[in-house]
Amino acid sequence: MKVLAVAEHRFGNLNPLSIELLNLANKIGESEAVVIGKDVSKFASELAKHADKVWKIEDASLENYSPDLYVDVLSQLIAKVKPDLILVGNTAMGSEFAPYLAVKLGAPIVTDVVGVSKADGLVVSRYVMQGKIMVDLKVSTPCVLTIRQGAFKEGVQKTGQIVDAGIKPSKSAMRKFIGYVEPEVGEVDIAKAEVIVAVGRGIEDAANIPLAEELAKLLGGVVAGSRPVIDSGWLPKDRQVGISGKIVKPKLYLALGISGAFQHVMGMKDSELIIAVNKDPEAPIFGVAHYGIVGNLFDVVPELIDKLKAIKK
Amino acid sequence: MENFLFIRVARAFGGEMKIIVLAKHAPDPQSEVGVASDGKSLSLGAAVFDINDWDRYAVEEAIRIKEKLGGEVVVVGVGKNCDDTLRKCLAMGADRAIKIPLDAGIDAYQIAEVIAEAIKNEKFDMIFAGLMSQDMNNGLVGVLLAGMLNLPFATAVTAIDIKDGKVKVKREIEGGYQEEVELPMPCLLTIQSGINEPRYVSVMGIKKAKTKEMKELNISPKSKKVEVVKMYLPPVKKAELITGDPGQIATKLIAILKERGLI
Repeated sequence: MKVLAVAEHRFGNLNPLSIELLNLANKIGESEAVVIGKDVSKFASELAKHADKVWKIEDASLENYSPDLYVDVLSQLIAKVKPDLILVGNTAMGSEFAPYLAVKLGAPIVTDVVGVSKADGLVVSRYVMQGKIMVDLKVSTPCVLTIRQGAFKEGVQKTGQIVDAGIKPSKSAMRKFIGYVEPEVGEVDIAKAEVIVAVGRGIEDAANIPLAEELAKLLGGVVAGSRPVIDSGWLPKDRQVGISGKIVKPKLYLALGISGAFQHVMGMKDSELIIAVNKDPEAPIFGVAHYGIVGNLFDVVPELIDKLKAIKK
Repeated sequence: MENFLFIRVARAFGGEMKIIVLAKHAPDPQSEVGVASDGKSLSLGAAVFDINDWDRYAVEEAIRIKEKLGGEVVVVGVGKNCDDTLRKCLAMGADRAIKIPLDAGIDAYQIAEVIAEAIKNEKFDMIFAGLMSQDMNNGLVGVLLAGMLNLPFATAVTAIDIKDGKVKVKREIEGGYQEEVELPMPCLLTIQSGINEPRYVSVMGIKKAKTKEMKELNISPKSKKVEVVKMYLPPVKKAELITGDPGQIATKLIAILKERGLI
């Protein structure tokens, strides 16, 4: 089976997920990578250590990512290479252009894949219900898969050949890139905190944030939140833990009323000690926590605050 | 044709906008969800259903644009039981609804296909979809539809600015960064949660919704792209559970924190 992995780079760095795509490709069959940009030699050399072949697609108009131009040049390469399987990172970039590419190829697509096995066609595994349930899906080839970060970390070394694909965009971009907007900088950098009290949807209301703040203060830490709390405006954006917020590794991460969506877990899973409080015994956060409390945070937190106060005295 | 020309002219002057919004009636994954006895489908008898959270933001955004620039908001739902969600959108301020009574499960291709067919005679300026559905988490229907209709598109949109017939949007990328891009119209945007503060439905809104059009279109999908082999609970490493009454739990937590030198 021939596998084409679409590499990703931004701000001059190759996304490490690109190598994970090749780890999966090497498990399945013949691995080829493609990297798109203005000058991609540096990325091609990195990829060649993990692929049988690396295709370079270079053009001045490809300096910044554009979904329509990516789909345009990838369609040209796919017509030439005829891969059975096309792998794309399940990132802000990959998850955006991959479905469009699939439509143009008339191919099936499965997103956020964590497992792949060869069968009559392919059987791929992914989560539904925000991590609570898993599904195995059968798809015919050729097909497009977007791959979850961290699912294929182990791989083999290769010394692949680097080839200029000689492909140029056949049109100009419909969508114009304007620029990047830097993250907001707040008064506290949660990435530097040793103790984080993080709150999720279970905190229920902005009026309950001071409860978390009191606990954080007693533990010498700061308050952070998962996406629903930030979306509701209960905490500022710079307090968001997750892929689209901040990656944190404190000594203690106390997760209060956080369900544990993958996007959040990737931002805190490397914390030294994770304690989670959640009413739902099936919440995915208990899969990453060291200690779990199935219960109401409004029962547990006040008790904890009282006991900490007593110790301080 | 006349209508089409009018919209073109209106668009050139940054005037009225016709926006189609896709809204899914979906189970809340934080409610009671499980696997059915066939091992291939979801058991949702005890689940709580509502408008998909991302779609709520998409509907709100479309209504805000209409309130500012004038125009029309048409909401499209796919599913035999999506009436409650469509009525909620109408009560929020959408003008009319289209219901396609098809239960396509996890197959996003089929959903996009029937929507493309349903809206083929609608002359729209923009289509909004939620970034993903809260139950299937595919993040597919919006972009598949953009592909089928050859529309320029952007996903995970966090801000929209319409000027001189063009749409400038910010989209969320990793690490707190955003990417700013400009698209011509018509285009398709998938909306990230947090873009606005969705309104609550008013009693007046509910009353008005009853007089608004909900058209049902029976459309069958042509393709089948994925087949469910099995559904199951994921094998996970489970945290060590701390049990007892709240006081006992707090005492045990204090002991753990002390042992680790955290207090």
